[in-house]
Amino acid sequence: MRYLGQLAIYAAFAVLIGYFSVAPSYTHAPTDRGEIKLSFSHGGQKRGGCRQLSAEEIAKLPPNMRVARSCPRERLPLLVEMDVDEKPLYQETLKPSGLSSDGAARAYRRFSLPPGPHRIALRLRDSDRSQGFDYEGGFDIVLQPRQNLVVDFRTEAGGFVLR
Amino acid sequence: MGQIKRLLRSVFAALDRAFDRPFGPAWNPFHNLGALGFFYYWIVAVSGIYLYIGFDTGVERVYASIERLTHVQWYLGGVLRSFHRYASDALVVMMLLHLAREFAYDRLRGVRWFSWITGVPVLWLVYASGITGYWLVWDELAQYIAVATTEWLDTLPIFGEPIARNFLARDSLDDRFFTLLIFLHIAVPLILLFVLWLHLQRITKPRINPPRGLAVGTTVMLLALSLAYPAVSHAPADLAKVPGLLHLDWFYLAWYPLFDLLSYKTMWGVAGVLTLGLVAMPWLPPLRRAKAAVVDLDHCNGCGRCAADCPYGAVAMVPRTDGRPFAQQAAVSDSLCVSCGICMAACPTSMPFRRTSELATGIDLPDPSLRDLRERVHEAANALGPGPRVMVFGCDHAVPATAIAADGVAAVGLPCIGALPPSFIDYVLSRRLADGVFLTGCREGTCNNRFGLRWTEARVDGLRDPRLRKRVPRERVARCWADHQEASHLAAEIEAFRRALSALPGPDATPPVAASASHAPVGAP
Ligand code: HEM
Ligand code: SF4
Ligand code: SF4
Repeated sequence: MRYLGQLAIYAAFAVLIGYFSVAPSYTHAPTDRGEIKLSFSHGGQKRGGCRQLSAEEIAKLPPNMRVARSCPRERLPLLVEMDVDEKPLYQETLKPSGLSSDGAARAYRRFSLPPGPHRIALRLRDSDRSQGFDYEGGFDIVLQPRQNLVVDFRTEAGGFVLR
Repeated sequence: MGQIKRLLRSVFAALDRAFDRPFGPAWNPFHNLGALGFFYYWIVAVSGIYLYIGFDTGVERVYASIERLTHVQWYLGGVLRSFHRYASDALVVMMLLHLAREFAYDRLRGVRWFSWITGVPVLWLVYASGITGYWLVWDELAQYIAVATTEWLDTLPIFGEPIARNFLARDSLDDRFFTLLIFLHIAVPLILLFVLWLHLQRITKPRINPPRGLAVGTTVMLLALSLAYPAVSHAPADLAKVPGLLHLDWFYLAWYPLFDLLSYKTMWGVAGVLTLGLVAMPWLPPLRRAKAAVVDLDHCNGCGRCAADCPYGAVAMVPRTDGRPFAQQAAVSDSLCVSCGICMAACPTSMPFRRTSELATGIDLPDPSLRDLRERVHEAANALGPGPRVMVFGCDHAVPATAIAADGVAAVGLPCIGALPPSFIDYVLSRRLADGVFLTGCREGTCNNRFGLRWTEARVDGLRDPRLRKRVPRERVARCWADHQEASHLAAEIEAFRRALSALPGPDATPPVAASASHAPVGAP
């Protein structure tokens, strides 16, 4: 009798572990939609160009740090926009990283979209211009359900790329 | 907080009683939660070593290597994989129950903060071990975990490049990151083991191995579960796809739906608040602690019994400082002493028979002291009506003395039943202060001071120093271990004892003796 009681408790514990180790199941993203992931890391242009230092200014610097030109390390923020099917879906100003704002700015965003054909248009400004963009890109895609489409940005590839 | 603790304590007390029936107190899983935790840890470690040997660490091949273990070598690799998973799950269950039980029984405030505080990183390490484990399988679930975890970590401004970019697309994966993961999945459990070792530093003779019955039962259970319901993978990970239906292991991964439900930042808040809340727990509210035990060198002969019996390693035997001809003396560390009084009862000089009003002992609690105890015994005896008269010694953590006192029954409460020097039983009976002595305290396996009940039984049964003297009529001594909710059961037992006493012939005319220490040889037990 005692052992039957123990058996029942072990069985109940096994069922508890067996069940909750796989159930109830969970869907984190709707399986009938696709996803676009916009993610890149890109440094904006330096804030202001380099400047020739005057003789006095050079003299003021410690001897081991004397240079003829001063270049600001700080980078400009990026402006990013994405339209899907001609509708603006995303716009953000991305600040440069790093304590002295001299690092790359980073984007990482997920967008859930219905499957089917879409036109995505992307624009990025990394200079100090006040109008227009430095890079523009567009893709015609056919999104599958559960597809994860990644949009990256690479200067050496000339701008926005699909991965 | 007190109310939550009381409620939870009632739940655990009820579970304890229910599980005592089939398992008996020694095998009761609730008395072995920490030990079972260790046992599961070892199962996970051993099965993990085997899995690692069959494991291909390249990110392209790891999935296939686990599939091979699971399906081709199902009889060994598959079973061990299931052992690895299910024992890890059981470990979480044991850990959370253990945490809740220590909380319910209030074993965290005052000087006991140490075990609690070292338990908090254990929680993080256990979850980190489990999560990195699921990550390694590199199936759809792993992919989901990888993306969610790295996105969560990226919300902390400490990483340069977002680490989630490692899991962006098929071509962004590299073996180096995967090697790091495997390293983590081995290193984190090893750090966990180290922290668990720390966790037990203030506990004497910690129970880290379950009794054989439980160990066998648990292993058989895991084997049956592993054969009936083997652990399997999801479809292989594909970063070009969003993971579909996920069969989450809720023991480890219950946090992940919360990431989707709340935001990553909120989840840092949740993690921070939970962690800090747990860290603050031992001081919510601070324990008005009783004073630590004090050594009186004039009465200490350095026998070491107090050090041997202290459940929290608070007594150390150190070289003699007062020039008396003993090698050692006892020294109490205030920051470790929980004021249970077990040492006082262990000391051979704790004798109530002495006539001096300055009743002194080698090691004593300032409150209640040995002298207070004797006074309370006298007061209680004076209040007793006509026989059969029973003197109950009880523990303040179990049924309170006030709830025990009744017609012909007097009760003296102690910080622990282990704080009763056995000579007091002799004293009460030989001085005819009562016709019988009844001992009570927390149920078996639930002693608030770990060893109170164990040492009391061993002392009364003559198995451990200081032993109850042989001359004490055993039929006049009874005991019953009952939790705070079992007052009526206890009352019934005491009543039965009274009836048994009245059936005994009147106490024989042993003259009161001014006895010295018990006749057992002095020394380590
Ligand atoms: C896998 C995880 C854990 C294991 C294996 C474990 C194991 C143990 C063991 C073996 C003991 C000694 C029990 C005895 O012999 O009386 C103990 C005591 C204790 N544990 Fe844990 N523990 C774990 C996690 C935790 C956690 C997460 C907490 C709380 C945050 C915690 C709080 C405590 C406390 C407060 C004590 C001291 C009890 C006392 O003062 O008597 N433990 N643990
Ligand atoms: S009172 Fe308890 S914890 Fe303190 S020294 Fe004595 S036995 Fe140890
Ligand atoms: S039990 Fe008493 S006599 Fe023995 S070492 Fe401890 S204090 Fe000294």
